[in-house]
Amino acid sequence: MSGHMNLTLKVWRQKSDKENGKLVTYPVQNISPDMSFLEMFDVLNEQLITKGEQPIAFDHDCREGICGMCSMYINGRPHGPKRGVTTCQLHMRSFKDGDTIVVEPWRAAAFPVIKDLTVNRSAFDRVIAKGGFISVNVGNAQDANNIPIPKPDADAAFQAAACIGCGACVATCKNSSAMLFVSAKISQLALLPQGRVEATARVKNMVAQMDEEGFGNCTNTGACEVECPKGISLENIARMNREFFVANIKS
Amino acid sequence: MSNTSGKFIQSSLGKKLLMGLTGLFLISFLIVHCLLNSFIFLNDGGVMFNEGAQFMANNPIIRIMEIVLFFGLIAHAVQALVLTLQNNKARPIKYAVNNGNANSKWYSRSMGILGSLLLLFLVVHLSHFWIDTKAAQFNGTIAEHNTYLEMIEVFHNPINVAVYLLGVIALAYHLLHGFPSAFQTMGWNHPKYNGLIKKTGILFSIVVPMIFAAMPVAIFLGWIK
Ligand code: HEM
Ligand code: SF4
Ligand code: FES
Repeated sequence: MSGHMNLTLKVWRQKSDKENGKLVTYPVQNISPDMSFLEMFDVLNEQLITKGEQPIAFDHDCREGICGMCSMYINGRPHGPKRGVTTCQLHMRSFKDGDTIVVEPWRAAAFPVIKDLTVNRSAFDRVIAKGGFISVNVGNAQDANNIPIPKPDADAAFQAAACIGCGACVATCKNSSAMLFVSAKISQLALLPQGRVEATARVKNMVAQMDEEGFGNCTNTGACEVECPKGISLENIARMNREFFVANIKS
Repeated sequence: MSNTSGKFIQSSLGKKLLMGLTGLFLISFLIVHCLLNSFIFLNDGGVMFNEGAQFMANNPIIRIMEIVLFFGLIAHAVQALVLTLQNNKARPIKYAVNNGNANSKWYSRSMGILGSLLLLFLVVHLSHFWIDTKAAQFNGTIAEHNTYLEMIEVFHNPINVAVYLLGVIALAYHLLHGFPSAFQTMGWNHPKYNGLIKKTGILFSIVVPMIFAAMPVAIFLGWIK
């Protein structure tokens, strides 16, 4: 078929977190440019299953860029070469016929490999469990404008809430720092009156858990902001820093 | 929600705050240092420069600030080492392919190396000037101590000039990232001021190292006697 591509994949294979892994080369033929990157992996996995080999384990769920499950470090970038997309939203037309594509799992001490390209991101869940919520039930959704919230605050909170917890920020950061993720979660609540009440304890607890999990320290390289599929801004990290300093002065 | 966090200064953000504060303090020192040394451009045979040096050597406030500066620099370098070691540990297995240039600047990713170069340079720099001045202070010969002549001598050696130029290049790149980075660390990120911070940072990181670089070059070429 015209326009179809033949590619060489180099994929990280690792049986479990107890064993060492390595890059294994797989040729794939006849790939449609309209496939998503994950669909291309489905094709490869069917070939592997037909040959009686173990398919490649990779995370995915919604396949429409909202769940944050799909990961994959593609040719040195999380979610591949395009900005503002997850791997499930990456199309094969972003590559050329004959390309070699290297696919690795997220790499961070806090994200141990489960198998092949899947990593354990429950460190994020434990950070959320330390304060990514409000303790009281605020009841049903209020009528619009019942609680006056300045438009810029509402917008900033909404933008921070767009974080899907994918971990691309950690994966790309040279320090494996989780500060973009944690700051987005802190910001979305700190900016709104319902979240403001517990803001002091929240920022202290979530930062403490983030450190506990073994994520690195941010050095403001800005890589996370560029690679984040949801465009979470560095402003959130600055807000977290402010919140944290003020919280430590107050208590 | 009960508070379950530990000590401020042991937290990642506490350490970063110290890094940013000491970095900004070092920048403020740099401004004073650059202005005073610029007296050599008057080309008056070092009269004004030596007066400045004498003032700095005798002023009690400057003497205290020198100690603060010393500990500030040590704190900055020690904290840099702690952070860098922790950050390396946070990724025990590296990527086979990593395209850092797609999302960040090389100098932003090389602050540890640039800082180490600065530290090496500072050892050489202090051995050139500071140690002699200190010795003169302790021996009570500071009034006769001619820092200007010492400088002319040091910068007639081309190897020294090359070392200073390398040191200044490392400083420029360290500041190019460090200047705006310190503001972000302090939490000073606001759309209204971000452009100003960025532009000031670039200007500062180019102009100040250029003035410093002009000193050994002008002396070596004999423009300043
Ligand atoms: C002793 C040698 C030095 C070493 C080892 C060193 C190392 C470092 C490192 C590793 C960082 C962290 C990068 C980051 O967090 O963004 C940093 C930041 C910084 N450094 Fe240095 N540095 C040294 C000297 C200096 C000097 C002489 C200055 C200024 C004249 C300076 C100014 C800064 C600034 C402003 C920052 C940014 C702080 C922040 O991000 O909050 N450093 N340094
Ligand atoms: S901040 Fe962006 S990159 Fe990080 S977890 Fe959230 S959506 Fe993913
Ligand atoms: S599979 Fe849900 S975001 Fe990609």
